[in-house]
Amino acid sequence: MAVIRTENLSYVYGEGTPFRKVAVDDVSIEIDEGELVGVIGHTGSGKSTLIQHFNGLLKPSSGKLFIDGEELWADKSRLRPIRFKVGLVFQYPEYQLFEETCYKDIAFGPKNMGLSDADIDRRVKETARLVGLSPEILDKSPFELSGGQKRRVAIAGVMAMEPKALILDEPTSGLDPKGREQILGLIREYHQEKKNTVMLVSHSMEDVAKHCSKILVMNSAKVFCYDTPVNVFHRSRELEEMGLSVPQITRVFNRLKAMGYDFGEDVYTVDFGRKLLLRELSGGKKMSE
Amino acid sequence: MLKDITIGQYFPGNSPVHRMDPRVKLVLTMAFIVMLFMSSSFYGLLVGILYTLTAFAVSGIPFKMMYKSLKPIVPIIIFTALLNLLFVRTGDVLWQFKFIKITEQGVHTAVFMVVRIVCLIIGTSLLTYTASPIELTDAIERLLSPLKKIRVPVHELAMMMTIALRFIPTLIEETDKIMSAQKARGADMESGSVIQRAKALIPILIPLFVSSFRRAEELALAMECRCYHGGEGRTRMKQMKTGSVDYAAIAVTAAFIGAVILINIFVKG
Repeated sequence: MAVIRTENLSYVYGEGTPFRKVAVDDVSIEIDEGELVGVIGHTGSGKSTLIQHFNGLLKPSSGKLFIDGEELWADKSRLRPIRFKVGLVFQYPEYQLFEETCYKDIAFGPKNMGLSDADIDRRVKETARLVGLSPEILDKSPFELSGGQKRRVAIAGVMAMEPKALILDEPTSGLDPKGREQILGLIREYHQEKKNTVMLVSHSMEDVAKHCSKILVMNSAKVFCYDTPVNVFHRSRELEEMGLSVPQITRVFNRLKAMGYDFGEDVYTVDFGRKLLLRELSGGKKMSE
Repeated sequence: MLKDITIGQYFPGNSPVHRMDPRVKLVLTMAFIVMLFMSSSFYGLLVGILYTLTAFAVSGIPFKMMYKSLKPIVPIIIFTALLNLLFVRTGDVLWQFKFIKITEQGVHTAVFMVVRIVCLIIGTSLLTYTASPIELTDAIERLLSPLKKIRVPVHELAMMMTIALRFIPTLIEETDKIMSAQKARGADMESGSVIQRAKALIPILIPLFVSSFRRAEELALAMECRCYHGGEGRTRMKQMKTGSVDYAAIAVTAAFIGAVILINIFVKG
């Protein structure tokens, strides 16, 4: 069943002023349970605006939005409980930390849900383990930590709410390569362990190609396509025309194809490319010159 | 949404009013206010209204913005009108009920005050519609620069104002973001008692303070890196120039003020 479903959802900023801008234009998508969705698009393509709808932070100008089968804006009193089903991690989430200790900060969300202390304690400890925070860090002030650690605390704060769908808006921005790998790794682990829906907004095609099961491409406020990585990168020419880069390895293989070495398959991860190359090389001279 | 609050309410455009030197615009606005309060007859007021409407029409700002700028002060207008209506007790009595006495003079002043306030607000908001806050602070700095002679830190004050203005939208955006982030974590800011609501602000205020300090430090560093050391000997990228539009505007305004003075002398009303 679809965890998140939109019907002709549109959102307009600054209606009636000279600054009017359509940020999301007639979007109808269905995101199934257990999917790890990558969302890509240019700055200003409407990805952030779209995902803020999923959490009920923005009210669609027109169209409908269903979370877990329930229409989000049909009944305002149901907004808060539905909101707990979708966890949203903003860009630079470390700026939202405010408590004296990391433990309390992670516990903020679960506390707002009105859970028992024992339950909160279990959740905080479990998510702290999941994001790789050692128990002694939990008693520290979040302002003493390093950037990467802060971010992990902030992400843990949302994960601890155990939402059905977790949405992360560029969780790796501003981190060094090692930090990026760590964050992406923990998101993947979380996804594998919880079997929840995860949406990952990213600028990096490489990251999305490597980790995601589905890719949502946004272009000038519209959904360009929502499909599996194979099908999305099959349209690599169109993606490049939109100014979105395809993964480097796809470019390499596209180039090889142009030179006459057709492997007959779309390659979008280095691992798969290597496998394909090795197979071809050991399999002999099948390559068409 | 917090974003919908317009601060400075600048309305971009390319009308003659927009192109005017902000200094001239500022001075003319003040002249306009004087004109409004100078006129003692209905004809004088009429000239004031005409001036306001003309300026508005030339600026190309939609007329509905006029209404928008008036909306917040409607209570004040009503209050002023009532006050004048009830407490001016000279002149012929028009209507009396127990201790309430409405006089002709009262109606007269009430109408005068209301028209003046309405024109005043519309006229001054036209200034903020057509000049960005930064332009205005620049203009104020330039106009006040003679005060430097008596050691008023004009430049520093203007710089402080510019920075404050510059960071209002940034801070609003930041507040918006932090609010959204905390709301996404289930923070409830809309319900509960006053104390509960005040407490609910803590998760917003602390991150906001932290980031403001960080930002201030970064800004200070960036300014120092560019060798900022106060206003001494500083040149500007955007020079303010008075051109033909400004002279025309000055002439028109002078003509209107002249008309008001003439009316004051010749028409007793």
